[in-house]
Amino acid sequence: MDPAVKKGATRRDFLYLTAGAMGAVGAGCAAWPLIDSMNPAADTLAAGSTEVDISKVEVGSALTAVWRGSPLFIRHRTPAEIKSVRDMDWKSLRDPQPDEARTLKAEWIIIKGVCTHLGCIPLGQKPGDPRGEFNGWFCPCHGSQYDVSGRIRKGPAPLNMFVPPYKFVSDTVVHVGSGHDFPNPGF
Amino acid sequence: MSGSKEKDKFDNKTVQWINDRLPIFSMMNNEYGKFQTPKNFNYFWNFGAIAMIMLMIMIITGVFMAMNYVPSTTEAFASIQHTTREVNYGWLLRYMHMNGASFFFIAVYIHLFRGLYYGSYKKPRELVWIFGVVLLLLMMATAFLGYTLPWSQMSGWGATVITSLFSAIPLVGGGIVTWLWGGFSVGQPTLNRFYAFHFLLPFIICAVVFIHVWALHVSGSNNPAGVEPKSDKDTVPFHPYYTAKDSFGTVVFMTIYFAVVFFAPLLLANPDHFKPFNHLQTPPEIVPEWYFLPFYAMLRSFTVGIKIFGHTLITAKQQGVAAMFGSILILFFVPWLDKSPVKSARYRPVFKWALRLLVLNMVMLTYAGGLPAIGKALVMGRIGAAYYYFFFLVLLPYLGKREKTLPLPESISADFTARHGHGCCATVKKALVPFTLGLGLALAPHAAHAADTPPLPNLHWPEQGIFGHYDKAALQRGFQVYKEVCSNCHSMKYVYYRNLEAIGYTKEQIKALAASYQITDGPDENGQMYQRPGKPTDHLKSPFPNPETARAALNGALPPDMSNLVNAREGGPNYVYAILTGYVPAPKDFHVMAGHMYNEYFPGHQIAMPQPLVAGQVQFQDGTPNTLDNEARSVAEFLDWASNPHMEQRKRLGIKVILFMLVFAGVLLATKRKVWSDVT
Ligand code: FES
Repeated sequence: MDPAVKKGATRRDFLYLTAGAMGAVGAGCAAWPLIDSMNPAADTLAAGSTEVDISKVEVGSALTAVWRGSPLFIRHRTPAEIKSVRDMDWKSLRDPQPDEARTLKAEWIIIKGVCTHLGCIPLGQKPGDPRGEFNGWFCPCHGSQYDVSGRIRKGPAPLNMFVPPYKFVSDTVVHVGSGHDFPNPGF
Repeated sequence: MSGSKEKDKFDNKTVQWINDRLPIFSMMNNEYGKFQTPKNFNYFWNFGAIAMIMLMIMIITGVFMAMNYVPSTTEAFASIQHTTREVNYGWLLRYMHMNGASFFFIAVYIHLFRGLYYGSYKKPRELVWIFGVVLLLLMMATAFLGYTLPWSQMSGWGATVITSLFSAIPLVGGGIVTWLWGGFSVGQPTLNRFYAFHFLLPFIICAVVFIHVWALHVSGSNNPAGVEPKSDKDTVPFHPYYTAKDSFGTVVFMTIYFAVVFFAPLLLANPDHFKPFNHLQTPPEIVPEWYFLPFYAMLRSFTVGIKIFGHTLITAKQQGVAAMFGSILILFFVPWLDKSPVKSARYRPVFKWALRLLVLNMVMLTYAGGLPAIGKALVMGRIGAAYYYFFFLVLLPYLGKREKTLPLPESISADFTARHGHGCCATVKKALVPFTLGLGLALAPHAAHAADTPPLPNLHWPEQGIFGHYDKAALQRGFQVYKEVCSNCHSMKYVYYRNLEAIGYTKEQIKALAASYQITDGPDENGQMYQRPGKPTDHLKSPFPNPETARAALNGALPPDMSNLVNAREGGPNYVYAILTGYVPAPKDFHVMAGHMYNEYFPGHQIAMPQPLVAGQVQFQDGTPNTLDNEARSVAEFLDWASNPHMEQRKRLGIKVILFMLVFAGVLLATKRKVWSDVT
């Protein structure tokens, strides 16, 4: 073949490819704003923290607050309950974590009350609710059971319930949304 | 679609004129008038056409529902109530749309079974099948999205659970879920986008249906014998032979559909679908619609993670999610999993039974999916999932190679002659049993009540049955009980004073009644709220201005709105009656919490509502003895009316519609017989 013709053909192929690639990249870039528009909007992201008065929560009872549109479980644990989640072999749990890594004060467990299976709200906050075998929380959707540390003990959920960042502003007020960052492996 | 250059000739000039410019009539003629179709179809071959009609019904009723729907977390539930109660024929639109989804799935599941049974996925129809599975997926997505729109407890929690399935994906799962929600929980952005997609997907479905049918028209239809047409004697043109047969089948199917729409519209609906979404409280049991139950059962049946060296490699959740999505995705590969040269199960003795067993298996999974996720439901779920995968991954390939098949008929016309006049309907009848059974079983768990309460009393209600209607005197007594007792705590915000005309009050009585209440209105031109006497167009006055006031006044408890109460409770009026008469002394060893009462029929027995009715409490204006029984009965009937104000109109119209459909079916059957009389 005539080298000049051949050269023209190569250049044409190159231009075809380049044009095609640019078209694809352009379309891909144009898709991103559409996709990203579905992520949480700025005002949703801003509604981040809340302060909760826990002075009226007696030992053995619980309070449900709202944080980022989800329930926040705050439970005032009894000494027996604290013992039950601390004196145990946590290394053998499904999502192994010591209770100490999930609390700031032993009496208070504060978690996001959302089942890590498929997002239902477990029962166990109100007196008379079923609390499951471990006296913590019981998820009515598919039967996950959590202990008084919010750790998954039985059922289909893979992870312990999420511990949000929080700090005690005083003995009776917690600030949830920033403060101590807890390790939440898996989240 | 016809590539030929010669022009078709039509008698009608307008038709000719159009056809010369846009050969749409040529296309219809080629694809239906001339399209050659095996002549031995049985009634299973109706269900493609039926599914298409259901799709049309869903789109049409859906568009009109959309004209009344408000996609807002605060308004959505109310707008559906408004559609059902106030819009002309709104109840019909809604019940047709709601039940239409179920009947669409019935048609599609039968259509899918037909495809499996007669090997319609095999060469050369692999693409027809694959686009069919795409349609199934699109339909499931659309149905799920639609289910969330009324923003009920089931809507919101269904949305939460199904979107959370994606959190099982390693690493990016959590981000995907937040992206799907557009927030940190299911909320306003979620509802808006679900509405947009629920509106969009049906049109995509239409496009894929077009491709599905196009591919079918290239390869031609399969048939119950599973041998390809060899000569003209094997086939008949689609029109009029199958248009006649499909029309008949469709009208029969629609008659059953209408029977449900008009006489049992809530048969398949979960009571929690009539309670507004509360994002802080999951209902004690959440179940999807019946058509998702088998897959839901598989999802739930995995409870133990797979560990390697003490590290969880695959969590139980990931297994469940994979099993559920996999169960649909596996269908894409069926044409390559089954290599048997014989198409129809009729000539595959082992495959036939394996497939029937699969149907039974799906029935069992449907049943299991509706039960609480403990004990036997989990065992059934595991067995069911195991057989499902065993069938597709082991039995299909194995039987395809090893099965001893029976001799095939030498041609379609030979098969037709051998079976003419019998056999066809018997197959369908046999198959209908498991499907009905499945539906029945799917409903069974709903009918079951919490195990710790006695069965509800089964009273006779005058509004029961096809010809039943409300007893106006009882409704008025019931309203009196509501007004004097219930309304101290419970609102009825979807019922207006003017609605009371339907239970026999005159306009003047209603005016006077409404005027006896002071309603807060405003702001006036000075920016002040003010009090004014009620008008017939006001809704029944609520006892508390907002839920917070109610909670503060009532010790934390929030009495539910009663407009919809009967539909929102398992057992309907019987449940209301049972609760009102169920206050008995607690058993000795039962500890009743402070602020609660013992009630035999209340789940868990601890009810926050003090005993509302006692004998002699209400002096009935019509002199009916005011026993507790009478009081409870009449208020339960009143609440039934409030929940279903159009029931009488619905049944009256229903009787006419069913009669029309039966006659229509008769005419179509005669037509079909006539058309087919020359086929031998
Ligand atoms: S969502 Fe809690 S067990 Fe499934």
